[in-house]
Amino acid sequence: MTNLRAEGVSLGYDGLKVIEGLDLTLPDGKITAVVGPNACGKSTLLRGLARLHPLDGGRITLGGTDITAMPRKELARKVGMLPQSSVAPDGVRVAELVSRGRYPHQGWFGRHSSDDDAVVTTALESTGVAELADRPVAELSGGQRQRVWIAMVLAQQTDIVLLDEPTTFLDVRHQLDLLDLLTELNRNQGTTVAMVLHELNLAARYADHLVVMSAGRIVAEGEPSDVLTREVVDEAFGLRAQVVPDPVAGSPLVVPVGRFHSK
Amino acid sequence: MSAPATATTVSTVAELRAVRRRRQTLVVSGMVLVVLVAGTVALLIGAAGLTPGQAIGGVLGLGDKGDVFVVQKLRLPRIEAAVVIGAAFGLAGALFQSTLRNPLASPDILGISTGASLGAVLGVLVLGLSGVALSGMAFTGAAVVALAIWLLAWRRGLHSIRFVLVGVGFAYLGSSLIAWALARAQEHEAAAVLTWTVGSISDVRGEQLTLVAVGTLVLSAAVAVVSRTQGPLALGDDNARALGVHVDAARVGTLLLAVALVALATSASGPIAFVALVAPAIARRLVNDGGAALVASAVTGAALTLVADVVAQHGLLGVAAPVGVVTGLVGAPYLLWLLATNEKRSR
Repeated sequence: MTNLRAEGVSLGYDGLKVIEGLDLTLPDGKITAVVGPNACGKSTLLRGLARLHPLDGGRITLGGTDITAMPRKELARKVGMLPQSSVAPDGVRVAELVSRGRYPHQGWFGRHSSDDDAVVTTALESTGVAELADRPVAELSGGQRQRVWIAMVLAQQTDIVLLDEPTTFLDVRHQLDLLDLLTELNRNQGTTVAMVLHELNLAARYADHLVVMSAGRIVAEGEPSDVLTREVVDEAFGLRAQVVPDPVAGSPLVVPVGRFHSK
Repeated sequence: MSAPATATTVSTVAELRAVRRRRQTLVVSGMVLVVLVAGTVALLIGAAGLTPGQAIGGVLGLGDKGDVFVVQKLRLPRIEAAVVIGAAFGLAGALFQSTLRNPLASPDILGISTGASLGAVLGVLVLGLSGVALSGMAFTGAAVVALAIWLLAWRRGLHSIRFVLVGVGFAYLGSSLIAWALARAQEHEAAAVLTWTVGSISDVRGEQLTLVAVGTLVLSAAVAVVSRTQGPLALGDDNARALGVHVDAARVGTLLLAVALVALATSASGPIAFVALVAPAIARRLVNDGGAALVASAVTGAALTLVADVVAQHGLLGVAAPVGVVTGLVGAPYLLWLLATNEKRSR
């Protein structure tokens, strides 16, 4: 029982309520995708779940314990989070950046041990960036860089990994690569993954559990094939669409209808 | 893919870490060498030129009484002051720049050195203080400016451009107040003018030197304790929190130590222009590993200040000038170059 849950959670910025009284449980060992229109509060929710953003009400629990009652380092050994568009410091090399994921496992004067090296190496290998270990992060392509950041989160060795729009700025091939990588991680190590995604059809294909948000609340959640209906798409996005089976995966495929080009 | 890490790549990661450490050591040793060479030059040359033998005798307290006096009372204290004060400014600058994630966010640009100067000027002219009490006034001045910048520039997170702009405003305000205080000062206190406007280490000796040296050592030890948070903090607030850092506490703690270092050094020497800005930039560029390069910055600050003081004292400018004149002449073009090329950093 390591369930990460939001219980009656309210979140906002400077008195502006973004989310009010929201409940959500991330199913253990599954991939959860959160989708919704811009400014619906999906990133804010994820930041709240990772304790990056203070709650205005309610609580977030991990295995039944309020996460604010935990030391931050302890939480960081259980829940990893990759925030949106992280920027690496000048000059930092891949292996060094990934090593920073070991911070919550090290004591006050903790130096890197050979165990840390082994964990960092595994993280580099499982994200396919081991050959880049010596390269400055700034010189990498967008797809490589995102893999390096994910390697850093993996080096944190948490059972739960949260990712805020990990595929933004990647072309479609690299988006698929990244989602495949997260699926491997989930299947091989049982890691619970929750991520905010923009691309509806990829979310429907890769998620076990799909959460559709709009205006700070959850419109629908569950298995993608149950959740992603024409009505839900209309309610959440204000978008007319047809939903057909994805010819590749069988998951729901949202085909939007605009004002032009309809047969 | 979750197979255990292969032995070869584990050793690669360890090797890369060793390479990184060696590079840091190399930079630090190189700067220590600069300090030793410049220190030797400073011991030997001057109004009374000494032979190496006389200088060594002087250091050990042997030989000619006059030589011993020149070495132990005049030259060594000045060298020590340059090293200690330079290191304090270098370390403080590195802490400011890495904690605020902006290469321009050094205490001299932010007006924190000016705040320290103003505190010290008021301490001397109004309250007639010296020693620890004077350092306390400098700290108060620096802390007041730092707090004011914090209050005005903090908006739900760090916006370092706002920090720099607000800080520049305070730097001007502080300079004006110093000028006003000095204008009201008695004639015989006018000698203090130079120290509090350009910075000089020629009068730092005895008790004051001991105070600065011990204080810098104690603060550096405290910096070693908080420095582990610098790696995660450099990745941004969100990443640092996700890694388990208490971001606000770590930042306030680090900045307080940096303010204390600036205050301590400034209360002795006045604001030595640009050392806190330039030394960490040079150190980071040499170490180039994405870290804060704290030790390298301190040693670089020491080397820079000592070399500048030797140049200033021995009249490459035609007259014996205060050290701040030389650091300003070197630092200002560097600042312009930094602004023109603007390091690529977020926010």
